[in-house]
Amino acid sequence: MPVDIDAEVLASTRLSDDYAVVAFRAPELARAMRPGQFVMIRAAAGDTPLLRRPYSFFERLRGPAGEIVGFSILNKRVGVGSRLIADAAPGSRLSCLGPLGRPFSPPPAGSEAWMVAGGTGLAPFATLSEDLAAAGISGRLFYGARSGVEIFCVDRFERMGVRVTLATEDGTLGERGRVTVPLARELAARPSALPAMVYACGPEAMLEAVGALAARHGRACEVATERRMGCGMGGCYSCVIRVRALEGGTRYARSCVEGPVFAAEDIVWDDRRL
Amino acid sequence: MDLSVRIGALTLKTPLLSASGCFGYGVEYAGVVDLSSLGAVVVKGLFLNERSGHPPPRIVETPAGMLNAIGLQGIGVRRFVREKLPELRKRGATVIVNVCGTTIDEYVEVTRILSDADGVAAIELNISCPNIKEGGISFGCDLGNTHQVVSAVRRATTLPLIPKLTPNVTSVASFAKAAEEAGADAVSLVNTFLAMAIDVETRRPRLSNVMGGLSGPAIRPIAVRMVYECSRLVRIPVIGIGGITSAADVVEFVIAGATAVQVGTASFVDPFIWGKLEAGVRDYMTRHRIERIADLTGTVDVPGEKRT
Repeated sequence: MPVDIDAEVLASTRLSDDYAVVAFRAPELARAMRPGQFVMIRAAAGDTPLLRRPYSFFERLRGPAGEIVGFSILNKRVGVGSRLIADAAPGSRLSCLGPLGRPFSPPPAGSEAWMVAGGTGLAPFATLSEDLAAAGISGRLFYGARSGVEIFCVDRFERMGVRVTLATEDGTLGERGRVTVPLARELAARPSALPAMVYACGPEAMLEAVGALAARHGRACEVATERRMGCGMGGCYSCVIRVRALEGGTRYARSCVEGPVFAAEDIVWDDRRL
Repeated sequence: MDLSVRIGALTLKTPLLSASGCFGYGVEYAGVVDLSSLGAVVVKGLFLNERSGHPPPRIVETPAGMLNAIGLQGIGVRRFVREKLPELRKRGATVIVNVCGTTIDEYVEVTRILSDADGVAAIELNISCPNIKEGGISFGCDLGNTHQVVSAVRRATTLPLIPKLTPNVTSVASFAKAAEEAGADAVSLVNTFLAMAIDVETRRPRLSNVMGGLSGPAIRPIAVRMVYECSRLVRIPVIGIGGITSAADVVEFVIAGATAVQVGTASFVDPFIWGKLEAGVRDYMTRHRIERIADLTGTVDVPGEKRT
């Protein structure tokens, strides 16, 4: 069950003009969270901005003895809420509601985990990689961004034993082009007898493309979606995404309670891009 | 200290109700809220059949508020009775169901199904949703239609009947009066204000439905005024709705004339708000030596006017 914690901001570390890692002291939340879940953060007390903002859990933060003391988020300045959160002063407190939503499923026994991240879509893969490493599961990360200045924390993943493949649209780091290009090549090269489960988080066009590639190569695929949310609890029906219905046809599913992680094959990508 | 209030034949434990469309079917919050501690759980609007609602984006934030155009996505009344109502009963919730329709016959049929089910305490009649083309607000923006639909549903049920009114008319009070004359036990107001927001970079509306309903603290003073006007014109209880975020806001609506209130947008921000509001109301009553919350209704002290 979710809890609401007035969490102390430990630090906001700027990674670039737009990106920052914001760390919170909230051991209850960080211990309870599973990779792929999210937290609703209130950017300020008062009426404006009114609604909380949803963030993937990025890192689990640990104390000197390895104990979990908090979590961080990977924040991109896109509007008033994300700006306030990035600029939050250390020592100040922000209300954090979570953990919320459906997490990633673990890969089947003997399977590798192939993670595909676009931009801030990197966030859920830090804790997933940590859990994979703890379970002795091999991980790969295909990580794409517009430019090399928007690629972060690669060493963190490599330290956890994750093999990282980079792609940038301007070619300043890794391969030039979309991250789906090396993913397609590696999926084609992997013998079908060697299992791999694909996980993706990033822009919806990327999620759609990754889901299609995984299906073409017969790999199970889960995608973590990001829709505009009101409450994060299933109360407002704002964050819906079109999915295939069990009884045939399609329906709108609330991404806060049925997601944000969905099986890629369940999603119908027919809505206007957000 | 007595927080109970009466709506028709129904006694509610507290004057704090969830607002329809802001609390799912209630069961979503069962893990974080003791549903039996609310005055009532007012569930999401239900038609006879399932509705898929509008495409996203369905909400956009605005100063001290938000616009929504959900489009009454819902599972239909029969699935509600089958799948949600038993859980709500088990949790001890007082359940008020928001009833929608595209025709008078549909309002009547949905109401009949709910009246035959065990565990529905009252009917809130949604004649005020700004986001659907047919039905809904077309009944709530015409005095004759309001009278007609409320009368028809009145004949179909003995449950307390609470038409929910739209503020998108010249005089909400005249609609409250029409509802009262048609046999309503109470009225709830206000639903959202029809509104619009545009992305100036792309010149596109920020909602897929182009227009949506404004809620949140931004509308509160207008809603307070409307509750004040309505409560002075009708004898039936008025349930106040509009941007309540604190116990002081609850008390303001009650003093203006509300018997009970509904909280919507604020429970999106804080799902744990209910206990805080109740504690704040109790604190106010202690400080002002008020034994029964019902005694506070309509006690606004307008200089030069005789208090009733």
